[in-house]
Order: sequence, then C-alpha cells, then structure tokens
Amino acid sequence: MKQKRKKIDYSKWGYIFILPFFASFFIFSFVPLVDTIRYSFFEYYRSGIKEIGPNFIGMENYISLLKSDMLKYAGNTLILWIIGFIPQIVIALLLASWFVDSRLKIRGQQFFKVVIYLPNLIMASAFAMLFFTLFSTNGPVNAILMSMGITEKEIDFMGSVFGTRSLVGLMNFLMWFGNSTIMLMAAIMGISPDIFEASEIDGCNSKQRFFRITLPLIRPILAYTLINSIIGGLQMFDVPQILTNGQGNPDRTSMTLIMFLNSHLKSKNYGMAGALSVYLFIVSGILCFMVYRITNDDDSDGSKKAAKKNKKAGRR
Amino acid sequence: MKRRVVSILLMAAMAAGTLAGCGGTGSDSQSGSAASAEEGKVINIYSWNNEFRERVELVYSEVEKTSEDGTVTTLKDGTEIHWIINPNQDGVYQQKLDEALLNQGSAAADDKVDIFLTETDYVNKYTDAAADVAMPLTDLGIDPDTDLADQYSFTKVTASDMNGVQRGSTWQCCPGLLVYRRDIAKDVFGTDDPEAVGEKVKDWDTLKATAAELKAKGYYTFASYADTFRLYGNSIDAPWVSEGETVLKVDPKIMNWVNDSKEWLDAGYFNPTVKGQWNSDWNQAMGSASKVFAFLFPAWGIDFTLSPNWDGESGAWAVTNPPQEYNWGGSYVHACTGTDNPQHVKDIILAVTADKDNLLKISKEKTDFTNAQTSMREAAEDDANFSSEFLGGQNPFKYFAPVAENIKIAPLSAYDQGCVELIQNSFSDYFQGQVDYDKAKANFETAIKERYPEITEVQWPE
Repeated sequence: MKQKRKKIDYSKWGYIFILPFFASFFIFSFVPLVDTIRYSFFEYYRSGIKEIGPNFIGMENYISLLKSDMLKYAGNTLILWIIGFIPQIVIALLLASWFVDSRLKIRGQQFFKVVIYLPNLIMASAFAMLFFTLFSTNGPVNAILMSMGITEKEIDFMGSVFGTRSLVGLMNFLMWFGNSTIMLMAAIMGISPDIFEASEIDGCNSKQRFFRITLPLIRPILAYTLINSIIGGLQMFDVPQILTNGQGNPDRTSMTLIMFLNSHLKSKNYGMAGALSVYLFIVSGILCFMVYRITNDDDSDGSKKAAKKNKKAGRR
Repeated sequence: MKRRVVSILLMAAMAAGTLAGCGGTGSDSQSGSAASAEEGKVINIYSWNNEFRERVELVYSEVEKTSEDGTVTTLKDGTEIHWIINPNQDGVYQQKLDEALLNQGSAAADDKVDIFLTETDYVNKYTDAAADVAMPLTDLGIDPDTDLADQYSFTKVTASDMNGVQRGSTWQCCPGLLVYRRDIAKDVFGTDDPEAVGEKVKDWDTLKATAAELKAKGYYTFASYADTFRLYGNSIDAPWVSEGETVLKVDPKIMNWVNDSKEWLDAGYFNPTVKGQWNSDWNQAMGSASKVFAFLFPAWGIDFTLSPNWDGESGAWAVTNPPQEYNWGGSYVHACTGTDNPQHVKDIILAVTADKDNLLKISKEKTDFTNAQTSMREAAEDDANFSSEFLGGQNPFKYFAPVAENIKIAPLSAYDQGCVELIQNSFSDYFQGQVDYDKAKANFETAIKERYPEITEVQWPE
C-alpha cells in the first residue's frame, strides 16, 4: 500500500517540477502569440502619443501587405541567406570530412574546432558593428587596400548592392560555418567505420568515398541543417539592421522581412506587424513540418535505401 | 505531510522567482509614500542625457548633492530628483517616455513623471493640446509674457500648442553658424579673418562661387549633403503635415535641398565618401587630416561634436555667419500633466530657463547659447568672459546673437523627426547614383507610410 503511493508521488513531482516552464511559457510565449494573431485583424497603431484602435478590419492588413513590397523583401532575405549559406555548407562539409578523417591526422584539431566556432559566440550586432567600421569608406580595409596599391580610390562597400549583400553574406557565413562543421562532424562520426574500411579494401579513392559514402549517409542531418538554416535565415535581422542602420540601403535591397516588421513597430503598428508575423509563422510552420518529416519519417520520401541506412544509423 | 507543504512552498517560491525577473519594469519601490504632504517626495525627470542634470546642479540653489552614479539628486528639503535617462537613438527615449505617459494616470504619486524633456524634432508630439501631456505653463503659475519675456520668441512659439498656449520652456537657443578651418581659409583666401570669410559665405550664390575656389585648391566646402539640410529644412513655410490632415506635403525648399545637394555633390564640393551625419566618416571629416573646409553647427555642435573630433591644436577653427540663418536643435523642459510636485517643477523650470543670472552662468560654464536676449547681447560684447579657446580666442556670441534674432522657426508637425530622417535616407541613394529621382521619391513614400501608418498621401511640389 505504502509502496504504491510512493510511486504515484514520484510522477506527480515530475509534473510539478516542469510546471514553472509551462506556466512561464503560457504567460510569456503563448498569450503573446495568440494576441499577435488576434491583433493582425485589427487597425491598431500609435499616432504620436495617441492610440488609434484597435478597430476590427478583417483581412485588410494581410491584403495591404501583399500589395506592398513584402515579396521583394522576402526575395532579399532569400538572396542574403543563400550568399551566406552556400559557402557555409561547402566549407563546413570540407572541414568536417577533414577533421574526422583519421588518415589525415590533423594536429591541433581541438584548437581549430574552438577557433572556427568562436565567431558564433560574438553577438551578431557587435559583429555587424565591427564590419561596419572595418568596411566604411574611410575605414581600415580601404586604407589597407589603398596602401597596397590594389585600388586608387576608396571602395564604397556599403554603397553598392553587391557590396552590402556580400558583406551580410560573409558575416553570416563566418558566424555559422563553425556550428555547421560541428554538426556535420557528429553526423560523419556516426557512420560505421566498417563501411569506410570496406570501401577502402574495395579500392575506393577519397573523392569516391566522400561522394558515394559520406554524403548519402549524412543526408538526414544535411537536410536538417538546411531547413534549420532557412528558418534562421527567414528571421535574419540583426546583421543587416546594424550594417545598414535599419534602412536596408541601398534602395532597400538589403531589407529583410524582419527589418520590414521592425519598421512597422517604430509606429507601434501592432496590426500590420501582427499580420506580417502570421505570414512568417505560416512559412516557418511549413518548414518545421518538413524537418519533422525528414527526421522522423524514414519511409515515404527518399528511396528505401536511404531509409534502411537511416534505421541502421538509428540503431547504433 | 509536512515535507509536502515545504516542497509546495519551495515550488511556489521558484515559480515566483522565475516570473519576477520578467515583469514589473519601473516598479522599483521608492522610499516614503506620497501620503505625507501635498508635494511628493520624488521628482521624476525623463531625459536622454545628463545635459539637463548638469544645468540643474549648476544653477538650482536647492540642490544638495547628487549620487555617484548620477541617478538621484537630493534637494535641501529632502526631496529626491530621480533621473530616468534613456538614449535618444532609435527612438528609445520616446518609447520609454510614451509608456510612462500612458501609465501616468494609474501610477503611484511618486512614480509619476514630473518633468520631461523633448527635442525640437519631436517637441510638437508632446505639446499637442489634445494629448495634454505637457502642462500649460500658466497652470504652473508661470506667466510666459512676464516671467519669460526675455526669451527668444521663436523658442516660445516652438514650445506652444496649436492654440498658442505655451507648454514648455528652454534654457538654450540653437542659432547655427558656419565653423571653418583657419588654415584652409588662409591657404585659399589668404586670410582667416571671420569678417572677410563671412563675406565669402554670406549667401548661397556667393558660397557656391567660394566652393569652386575651394575645389580648385583640393578642398571640400562641407563634409556631406546632410550638413546643409537644416538650413533648408528648418526654414520651410508650411508644416510637413498640417493639423488634422493626413496628407504629407513636401515643401519646395526640401526639393531645393535635393537639387542643390545633387549639384554640389556632382561638382565635388562635398566629400563623396561621407554619407550623412553621425557616422565615423563624418567624425573623421572633422579631423586634421580632412580636406573639409567648414561645418554648419550651433553652439552645442561645436562643443559636443566638433571639439572632441578635432585632433589638432585648439584655435584652428573660427566661426562666422552662415549663408542663411537657421536653428538646429534645442531641448525643451515640460511639466508633465499629473505631477505631484508642481511647486518644485515650477521652481526648477524658472531657475534653469528664466533667471537671467543663471542663464548667463550656464553660458559661461557650459558654453550654451542661452535663451535670454539681453544677456546674449551683452555676451556678444563681452570678449573678456566669452571668448573661446577652441576658436582661437574668438567670441562666438558675437555671431550667434544676430543669427538668433533673425531666426524664423519652421512650422512644426508631429511628423518632423521621421520626415527629416527618412527624406535624407531616401535621397542619399539618389545622390550616390544608386537610384533615379522618381525611385527615391517612391522610396520616401514607402518609408514614411511605414513609419506613420495614418499618412495617406505624399504630395510633391510643382
């Protein structure tokens, strides 16, 4: 009798101990989330210090957002993300396969792992601030280029579309490639060494080994990295915001969706910002669902072969 | 059983601890309740820097001491002034102030805002009669016609609502001058005498000819197109948005600025690498290695911006008359509706913005151009007390005073800050050749409607 009771008590304590999280999640995340959706159907902003609204206006915010340049900013976001992501994943794959390759015997591996991860520890805004100063027209980068005789006149990095976008891409690349490297390393180390051994005995060269064995076997993690990065990219904000002073210069070509959202919040336009957030929520939701499918479903999409290998990996 | 109770208590404490960190901003309890007397024990002052505090400390005779961190000033009668400082950048100050003002009605007496400061760019938002957050001075017992008779009239107009009721007061007045490098003047014109240089820059046409002279010797007249904006932008004839309307009308003078700036930039009279103000390139343009001849600054600009950025010997700069009289900036002091310390608030406002001796003292110690016509005229004559070391012994008040008297302040609207910021941003792409004229206009329209959702239409001149 007594023993039985004790058992019940334990599970109860478990629930009680996770209660604070759920309570704070409910108050600080769930309620604002519902409020955001609710306000997206209202006209609700501040003019000076007078509050306008909330007046119910149905879907008007959504429609006017579609009519605005929202899709252009979505395009900007996508471009900025791609310029950062492609070098990021390529370098990360390369480094990951080098680091785990036991035949290369790279010395100071731990040191390099720490170093490549370091940029991620700096706050994005501080990083952007640093780049803003480095690449300003009268900044040190221009000074170095000129004294080396590479250019005669200062290069106006932030004055051109190409320059600004590449800088944002470069920064995102530098900040995230270490993170991806470590993720992919974990994935590669999860592959059974038997397979590598067998391939070597069969006379596989390193290129074949990478493309025929490593890459297919880490596909689920690759997909996970990709989608995770898309979701992160969708919310790209701090780097371009600081670099372009919130304006998305030049000609609003580096204005991302969240910067667009932020410019609505300057007038406390909760209605319009809410509608934009709902759009973003839907897109992120779809992407999350895809991640879920890829990581949990090992049959329907992809070939059965991949599924088998997945299972194998899962068993280990 | 007992153990269970203890555990539940612990749980509750933990939950409370988790939540407490997030809630309750600004609810830090203050000592002493308001129940004691009519006057509260705490005066809350909202500002964006220490400028006002330093002036209060300097001239308000009731000040006993200020705490080390500068957040609390104790007065002789035990009342505490709490300084709530939030930076102006990115509208942070206004956000915090707006929150506090919206809660003013329900706040405890000692948490109420008693005094807040505004800048010319957004003073109109707070002096609005319908919003009624800044008390009319007459309600405090200050009669603007007698108590503030010596103030420059344009500062009184600026601090008034649409019905002409004055709802704020200022200690400073910000007539702008042209500040130039003496060595460049000597090199190009053969003289650095302010009178002679003043002749060369007396109006826009003359200045343009002078700019060509400077260009021939390899100098830039000004650092950036944003430098000249205040001269055009602060002399517009009609407000950006008229009272009660939702149509934004761009003044022809603004378009003059656009056209002139493009012309000047293309002609090489501005430094092309400096884009706008308040960035490191602009700051570097004030250094000794720069080729920029002049800046357009009021008194605070020389003191807070030019002087810290100058890395050469003092005495290298001089002031002279600008091509056009203008005003740039100015901090206004408002008594907040609902204050529980009206007597103290009145005393502080009078001490800092109306008392002639105090204002003269501020001018002497802080080099502000203060808001007292007669004293400033005296200062203009008083070379012994008011000459500036940074300006090579020149007395800048001699040039400030006549400008101040000729300023015609532009009619204000609550949208000024956004308009000024966004028009400069939108057209800077045009100046640099990134977009064409019509695209720049369209970008401005998009940006302004984002900032102010109630704006329905933007009308351009012609």
